[in-house]
Order: sequence, then structure tokens, then C-alpha cells
Amino acid sequence: MGSNMAENHPVAYQWVMEARERGAQVIHVDPRFTRTSATATKWVQIRAGTDIAFLGGIVNYILENGREFREYVVEYTNAPAIITDEYRDTEDLGGFFSGWDEASRSYGNETWRYDGADPSPMHGHREMGAPTDQATGFGGHSAGAPCCDPPHMDPTLEDPRCVFQILKRHFSRYTPERVAEICGCSPDDLRFVARALCDNSGRERTASFVYSVGWTQHTVGVQYIRTAAIIQLLLGNIGRPGGGIMALRGHASIQGSTDIPTLFDILPGYLPMPAAQARHDLRTYIESQTAPGGIWGTVDAYIVSLLKAYWGDRATAENDFCFDYLPRISGDHSAYQATLGMMDGSVKGYFLLGENPAVGSAHSRLHRLALAHLDWLVVRDLVEIESATFWRDAPEIETGELRTGDIPTEVFFMPAASHVEKAGSFTNTQRLLQWRDQAVEPKGDARSELWFMYHLGRIIREKLANSTDPRDRGLLELAWEYPLTGATEEPDGEAVLREINGRQADGTLLSASAQLKADGSTTCGCWIYCGCYADGVNRTARRKPHWEQGLEGREWGWAWPQNRRILYNRASADPQGKPWSERKKLMWWDEASQRWVGDDEIDFAPDHGPDYRPPDGARALAAIDGRRPFIAHPDGRAWIFAPRGVVDGPLPTHFEPEESPFANLLYPQRANPPRQRFFRPANPYNPSGDSPGADAYPFVMTTYRLTEHHTAGGMSRFVPHLSELQPEMFCEVSPELAALRALEHGGWATIVTSRSAIEARVLVTERIRPLDVQGKTVHQVGLPYHWGRNGIVTGDSANDVVPLALDPNVHIEEVKAASCDIRPGRRPRGPALRRLVESYPRITRDGDVTQAPQEHAPGTRSEGR
Amino acid sequence: MTHFDSIGRDRRSRGSNPAPDSYYGHPIVKEPVWELGIPIYFFFGGLAGASAALALGARLTGNARLARNATFAGMVGVVASPPLLIRDLGKPARFAAMLRVIKVTSPMNVGTWLLNATGGGLSVAAGCELLGILPRLRDLATTGSGLFGLPFATYTAALVADTAIPAWHEARRELPFVFIGGAASAAGGAAAIITPPSDAGAARRFAIAGALVELAAGFVMEHRLGLLGEPYSQGRAGRLTRLSRVTAGAGAAVMALAGRRRIGATAAGSLLLAGALLERLAVFEAGRQSARDPRYVVDAQRRRVAAGTSRGASTFAGLPDERETLPAAS
Amino acid sequence: MMRRPLPVVERPDAWPASYGDEARPRLGFFTDTTLCIGCKACEVACKEWNDVPADGYVWTGNSYDNTGGLSANTWRHVAFIEQDRPLHVAPSKARLREAEMRDGAAGPDAAPLRDRPSGGAPRGDGYPPPDAPRGDGGEGMRWLMSSDVCKHCTDAACLDVCPTGALFRTEFGTVVVQQDVCNGCGYCVVACPFGVIGRREIAGSKGVGMAQKCTLCYDRTKDGLEPACAKACPTESIQFGKLDELRERASRRLEQVVARGFDGARLYGANPDDGVGGFGAFFLLLDEPEVYGLPPDPVATTRDLPSIYGWMALAAGTLGALVGLSFLGGRR
Repeated sequence: MGSNMAENHPVAYQWVMEARERGAQVIHVDPRFTRTSATATKWVQIRAGTDIAFLGGIVNYILENGREFREYVVEYTNAPAIITDEYRDTEDLGGFFSGWDEASRSYGNETWRYDGADPSPMHGHREMGAPTDQATGFGGHSAGAPCCDPPHMDPTLEDPRCVFQILKRHFSRYTPERVAEICGCSPDDLRFVARALCDNSGRERTASFVYSVGWTQHTVGVQYIRTAAIIQLLLGNIGRPGGGIMALRGHASIQGSTDIPTLFDILPGYLPMPAAQARHDLRTYIESQTAPGGIWGTVDAYIVSLLKAYWGDRATAENDFCFDYLPRISGDHSAYQATLGMMDGSVKGYFLLGENPAVGSAHSRLHRLALAHLDWLVVRDLVEIESATFWRDAPEIETGELRTGDIPTEVFFMPAASHVEKAGSFTNTQRLLQWRDQAVEPKGDARSELWFMYHLGRIIREKLANSTDPRDRGLLELAWEYPLTGATEEPDGEAVLREINGRQADGTLLSASAQLKADGSTTCGCWIYCGCYADGVNRTARRKPHWEQGLEGREWGWAWPQNRRILYNRASADPQGKPWSERKKLMWWDEASQRWVGDDEIDFAPDHGPDYRPPDGARALAAIDGRRPFIAHPDGRAWIFAPRGVVDGPLPTHFEPEESPFANLLYPQRANPPRQRFFRPANPYNPSGDSPGADAYPFVMTTYRLTEHHTAGGMSRFVPHLSELQPEMFCEVSPELAALRALEHGGWATIVTSRSAIEARVLVTERIRPLDVQGKTVHQVGLPYHWGRNGIVTGDSANDVVPLALDPNVHIEEVKAASCDIRPGRRPRGPALRRLVESYPRITRDGDVTQAPQEHAPGTRSEGR
Repeated sequence: MTHFDSIGRDRRSRGSNPAPDSYYGHPIVKEPVWELGIPIYFFFGGLAGASAALALGARLTGNARLARNATFAGMVGVVASPPLLIRDLGKPARFAAMLRVIKVTSPMNVGTWLLNATGGGLSVAAGCELLGILPRLRDLATTGSGLFGLPFATYTAALVADTAIPAWHEARRELPFVFIGGAASAAGGAAAIITPPSDAGAARRFAIAGALVELAAGFVMEHRLGLLGEPYSQGRAGRLTRLSRVTAGAGAAVMALAGRRRIGATAAGSLLLAGALLERLAVFEAGRQSARDPRYVVDAQRRRVAAGTSRGASTFAGLPDERETLPAAS
Repeated sequence: MMRRPLPVVERPDAWPASYGDEARPRLGFFTDTTLCIGCKACEVACKEWNDVPADGYVWTGNSYDNTGGLSANTWRHVAFIEQDRPLHVAPSKARLREAEMRDGAAGPDAAPLRDRPSGGAPRGDGYPPPDAPRGDGGEGMRWLMSSDVCKHCTDAACLDVCPTGALFRTEFGTVVVQQDVCNGCGYCVVACPFGVIGRREIAGSKGVGMAQKCTLCYDRTKDGLEPACAKACPTESIQFGKLDELRERASRRLEQVVARGFDGARLYGANPDDGVGGFGAFFLLLDEPEVYGLPPDPVATTRDLPSIYGWMALAAGTLGALVGLSFLGGRR
């Protein structure tokens, strides 16, 4: 679900096909019949943006029919935990949880806590989107949570305030019939999928979910994954072979870019970035981030080793290991906020490294308008992408909204080396680091990112060498020495990997993060990667074929942490340490050696057996009971109910997308309450649900990728052999919608939203079908988003029409489900394009207030000018 | 090649759901890449071959004038042929590439040798005629070219029949007769134009007989082919076929009625030449049309399968014992 | 059967005898379309390895197929066919349909099997059930994808008709165009019953063409490597290997997919007794060949060469007779 794996991960999909050939059932739940559906054993069509309803229906099926894996649920999850009686569910509050603050449009999570737990307000987890939390700091991973089991529990799961019963009530209204009405599938489709999942779970069997950005790119995206997690926990499918939830990443090393982050709010290894408002020093930072139990119990060792990697010998205990050199964040600096900052003039310069927001980001039109406000812009890419040439050929120049002569932006285009022209590692979806050798030298001035960053730093440091400004100290004192190779002075990537792996005080390479110390005697660039270069061997470069090793393939590359291939694999054994079944055994407790043994590396304290009970005052892994596999949580339990860490509710709830032709059938509240929206004239929204004007956008649209192209097209639209495979922007519509709107197969259609209108060739196909939703027929429009104005094959960008509305947890845009109108023929050219768009209703102020279509006053210009 | 032609025309609202019996109407076999020069060469080759045979006949019967003129007419065909072929191949050296082997399975290769033999003979004979020397060499050359001329005038039919183009391959019986008919009418007609009527009787008879064979073979072919006869009677090929038949028929009639007068012979000969040329163009175009529509390919092959002369290229599952126990009618 | 290899003419491709000790086991492809996910990696890998140019940027609207078919500039081509029927049926039903299809060869008007008087229940239920419970098959929709390629026929018409000998049979039994010998006559283009070969204009030489088609990566197979397309195929839909082994594997696979209820499964080109003597690159299809743009009963045109030459000789004789008749009587 939420994944078109065959099309977007064709290489990984070979394993799905192999599983199918070995008898596995492959079920694809998707708004469209895709190449994945074509090769699955079952396809269920649902309306885009209704996956939580469908998954909630599965949860309901499991609970109604008693199909949960009872022992797993009781022992390994927080289902028995009693929640405070202050908690109110969406069942009670019409789609809201308790703790809602209308003024800040955010939740406080005090009432979501375990009964008897400390109600301190400090327990938020990286709640950047919620301004109230910024004053108290970006709480750490489960910091402040109680050690060991929740204070009050009911192992019989009968207490009405226990998580299990709350869950049951919460999902009681997700009946097959109701779900079918929301999703547009048949009740039997839901029952079929639910039954198949249950039949393939338990001691002898496991089932797994695969998702991709079809789940994440929603205003309630995090909760999509939460729902799947709840199903997998109820069925006992986490930490076991063949189970799990596979999060397929969008492209190569996106996983790596969060591990060693390009994100604004975390440091390597998911350590939170210090916040300005919290005024942390090293000690208080560590205190606020350290959990009483589990892997987050030794944050001090992680952060100190990281600081040592950054500042080397200059980082000492006396100067807090240069902790004060770390920048502080003052709020939400995510990509979309930065874009709005450009519009507002607070962001003056911008680096784009392998990113093409003028085509690839939600509401790409807004991005182009924003880029035109910058003083300077650096674009590093393989080819001259649209984000580098917007100043001369943006569509807004054609409409008269931008004029090249008026754009102050100075654009620097730096050619980048491709993946075959440089060595380095990819970290993929399963946390697997794979080293990649250089095949050829880059051509001309093209250089690697590593080269660019290293030499940029070097030059800046040289320019600042005589600076006495205190703010430059952090930069000047960085340990910035790397071996350089070749005529281009390329830094040695393996040296960087060794720095990430970390060293002992004597310089020997570390082999496990357990060796990290908080006293400054160890360095480590990313604690979860510690061990990737153990014993001086680049373990990420191992390529032993699968036929020469065991099923887990542990000698191919290296998986973080500690080369564990299945996280929480303690759960593959029962509480007594025995495999749940012979067929599905992976790790078990060996009495003789008093260790966990099996085909994988145990994701647990290796010598803590099932009988281990943490002594008083134990910290970190020592504080985890021998029967609790989920060591990232201080209680060692997986959280069906999330008392903290998720800003939009402790349980997933179906909400309609920001833009949808439908009201929420389940609750009065239509969309996710704390979702992020940005009201301004340049960023309008379509009226939705029952709002006036919603009927102007009667269709559901979804955007997606095709096998033949790569995201915003920089790597494919400029390559003849790929361009010819999908040479034009097209839209996919059903024969029924084609008939309804007089769309001709092979002809042109114009897709209109309140933001823009784009044109596309019409592909009429039965792979897209109308759905019966809430008593009316709804049509869906499929839009691949690869095209722009540059390259061999060109076309309009689907992202021009999608809204900019974000998930409140992770600030991911909702581009997988929105509403639109579609009409036959090509779009208007020049200023007439804006007149067409402005003839549609829009919302530009909070409170779902629809503005009437604007009169076409001459000279009406959007905010972009 | 990409095919855009089917959009919006054949397609109903079914969109990308193709017609059940073809792949979006795409051709199965490739259309000939040959251009117009090739059917024109077919015509000139026929003219050369049949003229050489006519010259031999005239020589044997002591009609020196007809022999000489038929030789010259054949020379026109011989001289015109290589440039037409080379035009299609791109450069002269590529023509020579065909002479590096003798390959019986390739009618084109065989034909190249036939062209060389016939052309060589005709050239020697024509040279001797012009210079008035070496009569025995001339006779030898005439004999050779006359004998080689018979297959040379015919091989182009074998060449097109030996392809996967359904309207050609399935017409392999009649096409050689269509082609020799056309060749005879062209050679006879050409000789009748340039030879005084008193010496051109045999040429006239040759021309008329050729035209009749051409017309008869054409009708038989079209009738026997059934669905595959369609390309010969429809579209551009159909128009060419009808025009060629009218022209050849008229030419034969005029030749029969007024061929003993110079002007009549000239008119009739011209019509016959035109008819023969048009027939080659028609056959060529019919081949292209039949290649373009996958129906013709599938139909011919499905009929073979239905007739039991082939089971096709598909094989199905089933263990041997099951084949017997399944209640199949076989 | 009227078609058989030419008895009188020495075949220029008398492989493997012509290679003596240098002959290698015959290599080929088995393209199993039930495993194809339509990623087109084969098309791209082929073009990259063999330096085949792009074939134009034309959007066709024919599902996801924008390269159309095999040609001088497309040596692997993935077909996309959207159909209003489920991929799977009950295995017993698949058995029945399969028998119908096989039986259907007796004539297009043959009654459906289940309507005929029969001597007992069909054997379908005697087969093992599918390995796991499956979808109800009621989706009524399937999307066939199939990667087409040169068939490397046992009796290759292109090779037979080539007037220069540019097309030859390699020691692996594959059919390859020698670029330095080809004179661009285009005869092979029309001889191929599958429409595989095309003529590409040589860059910079207007009007000078060259026959182009799959070489089964002769340069790679010579070095013991598998062809680029098979290497790139992520799902082993394209399987490369020794032809006899592939045929064995394919017949086992066919049994398996029918048992699993894949509707319409058949092997195409695996039979050495077919019109081209069996394909060197054959397929497992899920519908009639013509649905994929393939001929149902391809025949090497040169199998009819004796008859073609026979009729030609008769016609040439007739021409001679016409000459003779014209001079009969000696009247001028």
C-alpha cells in the first residue's frame, strides 16, 4: 500500500516476484492499477488519501474477530497499559483528541500519558511545527518516559482504560461497510485483505507491509505508518523474519540523508539539534535527551563522540567539547518554510544540491516565484535543471508575472559528478550501507558533492583565517583535514567513512557503538554507523553473493546498527527466549552459552536472557527487561498507543486530505487538525468537502512517478534512452471520466486547481476506475510529475497544481491526494492562463473561507511580483 | 519506428485497451524499405530479360532487324538497372558486395548474377551490332543473354515471393506469370515501336501474348488469394492494378488491331510498356499495403492453422497422459 | 507437412557442422512474460551496450509503450496490453482453457470444450491447488507485459535471403549481421516473419543504410557474459542460457503457471517443428501471439523456396514458349 514498488523500485521488486513464485500472496491496495497491481495476486482499488480508513478497517477486523497474536501483544506492546482518565478519544470529541489548543492549532500531550506517569510538559518529541513546544525545547527520544513497564497495566486487556480497549473503541466505527463507503472499495475486498493478513500471521507465518511516499506524502502521513505498525504489532509481525514494515525510500541514499542528515532539526544518528530557546549547555542537553532505559540512555556518549569528530583535539571536557559551537535552531526551518522565507525576504541565499524544486516540490510554481526573490542561488546538478534557469524560462515569465530583468537572483550553476564518477556509500531502505566504486573520472568541471563541500569549507576557512569574530571560531576550529587524491584534489571518501565509524583514543577504529564514551576518549561521526569500518575493513564494500552465505545475507554491505538485518529481532523469540516456531525462528536464547544466538546479530543486550530483570538505578540497555524487545523505548515495549512523539494524536484517525471533494464520514472534523498550511494569496487552497465552491473541484487527483523517469527528471529527461520511453506529460483517466468531460484519448486535457492549470496528453485507461464513495461516483485523475521546461522531452509540471499542506510531524507535503478539475483541450497561453485559474474559487485565509472567483481586473498580479 | 497513427482513429473510449486481435493495429512484418526505384527496376529487368529472349528468337529465325532492335531495347533495360539498384543501396561498391558469393537461397543474389550474365551478353551483342563486327561472338552473346534472359525476367517475382510480405509470399505461384507476362508485353511493345511493322510480327505477337498472360495471371492470383487479394484491389495498389490492366488491355487491343501500322504499333507499344510498369508498381504497392495491416499476416497464418497444415508456433501445457484423458475431441 | 528444410540446396548456415570443433552449445533467451514487470530495463541496457540510438520522442497513447516495436533502433521492445480479464483463473479452469486452445487448432468454429459431450469430468481438479489462497480473480483486469527480441530462428529467412552473406550464424547458433559486409539491400527486412530487422541510415551518409538487429550480444557471449538485456532484467523474465536447457525449464514452468491459474499460458517458439524450426529466443505468453504483435504461425519464407523456384522456372519456360510461339510460322 502506498507504494508502486514494481515501477519505482523495480530492482528490489525482484524479491517480491520471487516471493510470489514461492507462493506468497502479494496484495496491492492502490488508487490505480499499476505495474505493481499487474504482477500482484490481488489488487484492491481505493480512493487516494483514504488508506487510514482501510487500515483502520483491518484493525477493526482483527479486534472484532480476536485475531490478534495475544501473547505477543501482551508481552511486547503497550496494549495492557492503562492510560490516564484525563484522556479523551476522537470518539468522544468528534475527531479531536484531548489536549487540543485552538489558538496554536496544536495538541498538548499531557492527557495522553500512562496512568500514574509524570505529567511533565517536557516530553514532547521534536515538535517543531508546534510553536508551544519550541519554548520548552525539542524534547528527545522518549526522554522523561518512565523506565520499565508502564505504572499500571492489565494483562487481561479487559480494563476499559487500557490501550487495547481504547484501540478497540477507537476503531469500532471502521466497519467493512463504512470503510468501503469512504475508500470506494467493496466490503469484501477489505475482508479479503484483512483475512489474508491474519491467515498469514501468527507463530508459523508472518506478513509484511511495503509502503513508499504514497503513505508519507499526506497531511496525516505519519499516522498512515502508525496504523500499519499497529496492525503488525497486533499480528506479531515486527522483529520477525518475513515481517516488518518496509519503508521504500524515494531514491538512492535518501535513508542516508536522514541518518547523516540534510535535515534542519537533527544531527547525525537522530540526535536532536539544540534549540535556541532551550538555552542548553552540554549537560542540560544530555539530560533533556537521555531516556532512562534503552538505546537512548547513552546520549552523552553519542553527542560527545560526535563533537570530538567535529572539533577533534580542540573539543575538551573543559570547553563542553565545543558544544556551544553547534548552531541552534530557532524554529521550523524546513524546506517549505525556507521557501516562504524567500518570499518574505528573510532567506537571501540558497544551495540546491541534487534538488529541483521548480519541478519537484509541492506547489512548484510557488517555489519558482520564491527563487526569484533570492540574492543568490547555487545549483549543483548533473544538468541545467529548471531551478537553475527559472530566471529566463519559468512559466511565470510567459504569463507576465515575472520579468527576467526584474529578477535580482544571481545563479551559480556548478556541474556535479554522477554516481559512477565518484566513490562513496549509499544507504538504502533497509539501513544497508553499500560502497560504490568510482568507474570513470568526471568530465570537465564536474565534481563530487564531497569535493564541493570540502573545498567550500576550506576556502571559507582560508578567507576567515584572520577573523577574530567569535562566531567564526566554530568554523575555524573544525577538524577539516582529509587526504586528497588525484589532480582534482578529491577528498578520500573512505577517510570520511572511517571518521563516521569512529576511533578509540589511540586511533584504532571502533567496532561497536557500545564502545563509545562520554569522556571524550572516543570520536564517532554517527553513532548508529559505528562498526561499519570495524577492524579497518570497509564493511560497506563487502559483496559476497547471496548463494555463498545465509538467508540474512549479512556479508553483503553493512546494515546499521551493528549489521543487524532485522530490528527488534528479540521479538522473533517468545518471552521465554524460544522461537515462536521452527519455521520462523531467527534469534533465540542459548542457555549453554548464556547468549542470544541465531542467524542475525541480536538487537538486544547480547547477554541479557529472558530472566533478566533490571536492577534499581540501571540505565540504558541494562534498564530493559529481558522480555521486552523494543529497546528504542525506555519500557522496551512497542507503542500501539503513543503517549508522546507524535504531534497529531496518540492513535491514527482517518482524516480527509487537505483538499478533497468529501466530508469526513467518520467525524465532524474533516481534516487532520494540526496539519500545516500557509495562507497567503500566492498559496491558495481548493475549497473542500461541504464548503462553498468545493464542487468546482469534483475530482480526486494523485501524483506519482513512472519507472522510466527519475523524480523531477534531472537524471532522465536529459537522457535520450530514457526520454523516448515516456516522452510527454500525460494524465490517466477512466473511460467514464473521459466521456463525462469529453476528453479524447491521445488528445489534450487541462487540469485546474486554485493554484495553476497544466496541460497533459490524455491516456484513457481502465486501469483507473470511477469509485462509489459516500453515495456518489468520484473520478480520479492520475498525474506523473516528471516534466518541466528543460531537457529532451518537456511538459508541464504536475507539482504546479498540487497544494502546499504538510504533515505536522515531519513537514512532508501532501501531493498524493488533492482535488482538481479537468477540462478538454490545451491550457491557455500567456496571461490568459492566470485568468482561467482565477476564475475558480479559492481559499487564502484560515477557517475554510472560500473566496469567490476573482473578476479579471487587468493588472491583477499574484504575490509573486 | 514509433507509431502514432492509431491515436484517435481506431480507438474508441477504450483508450489504451488495444483491439483484441492485434497489437494496437501495428504491422507484424516490416514494410519494404525499398523506394520506387525497385519496382521500376523490376520493370526494366523484365524488359531486358524478355528482350534478350526475343532477340535470340529473332536471331534464330533470321530476323536480323528485330534481333538487333530487341537487343537495343534490352540494353535500355540493362543500362537502367544498376543505377536504380545502386540508388537504393546508397553507393556503387555496395552493389559489388553481392558478387562476393553465389548464394542459391537468396533470389537477390541469384538475380544479380543473372543480371550480370544477361546484361553482359546483351552488351557484347549490342556492341557487335553497333560496330558491325564479330558476328559469331554476337551470336554467342545473343544466345547466352537470351537463355539467361528468361530467368532474369522472372526472378524478381521469386525475389518478392521469397519474403514474409503476405501479399507477395502467398502469391508465389502466379506472380512469376504476372511478371513474365509484363516482361513479354514490354519487350514486344518496345521492339514493335522501334522496328518496322514488316519485321515486327513476332514482337507484336509476343507483346499481345504477354499482355494476355499478365492479365490472366493477375486475375487468377487475385481470385485465389481471397482476403489476401484485397491489397491488390484496394487503395493505391488497387488503383494502380486497375490502371495497369486497362492500359495493358488497351495496348494489346491496339496492337492486335492497328499494330501493322507504325503509328498504331507505337501507340500500342507505349501502352504496353506503361501497363507493365504500372503492374510492377501495383504489385509493389500491394505488398506494402499487406505488410501494413496485421490482419493479412494473421489471416494467412490462422488459415494454415485452421486447415491443419500447421499447429502454429504455440505449444501448451499438459502431461502426456493428460492429453489422452482430457475430453478433447481429437 | 509440405514445409521442410530445403533438400537440394546446401544451407549456408549448416550450424553446428560448419563450425566443427569451434561450435558451441546453442544459446538463446527464454522470455517468461509472467515475470515481466514492464520496467524496460532491457530496452535501455540493450541500447546502452550496443550503442543503439534513441528512436524518436513520440508519445503514442498505447498504454505505456512509446517505442512501438522492434526496429533498427530498438532491439528489445516491451509490449503493454491492457485487458478486461483477470490474470488468474481457477487452475482447473486454466487447464480447461488450455485444452480448448490446443483443441482450437482444429478449427476456429470448434465448440467450447465444456459444451461438448465428453466422457467424464475434466482433470483439472486432479492438480495441486495454488500454493496459497489467492485473489478471487474477479478484478477483471490484467496488464500483460512482454519483452520482445529477435528470435534467432533455427531456419532464419533473413540469413538465407541475404545476398552478401553479411548475416551469418555464429558458433553459438545465433544470427548476426556483419556490419562491414552488409550492403543495406533491405532484403532481410522483408524476409523476417516477425518484422524484427530494420535498416538504419549510417550517420552522415544520406541514403546509405545498414541492417540492424539484436546480436544476442555476440561480443558479450564470446567473452562468456550474458547479454545486456538479460543482465539488466531484475525479475528474471529474460532468461539466458543454453537453448536445450531453457526449453526444458520452460516446459516445467508452463506446467507450473497453468497449475497456478495463469490464464491463457502457452509457450511460443519452443517447438522445433514449427515454421522456423524453433526459435532461439522463445516466450511464455498469456494470450494469442497476435495480441502481442507476433505472428501466430511464422514460417521461414525460404522454406517455400523450392516451390518459389519451381513456379519461377515454369514461368521462365512459359516465357521461352511465348517467344517460340511468337516466331511460329515464320511470318514477319
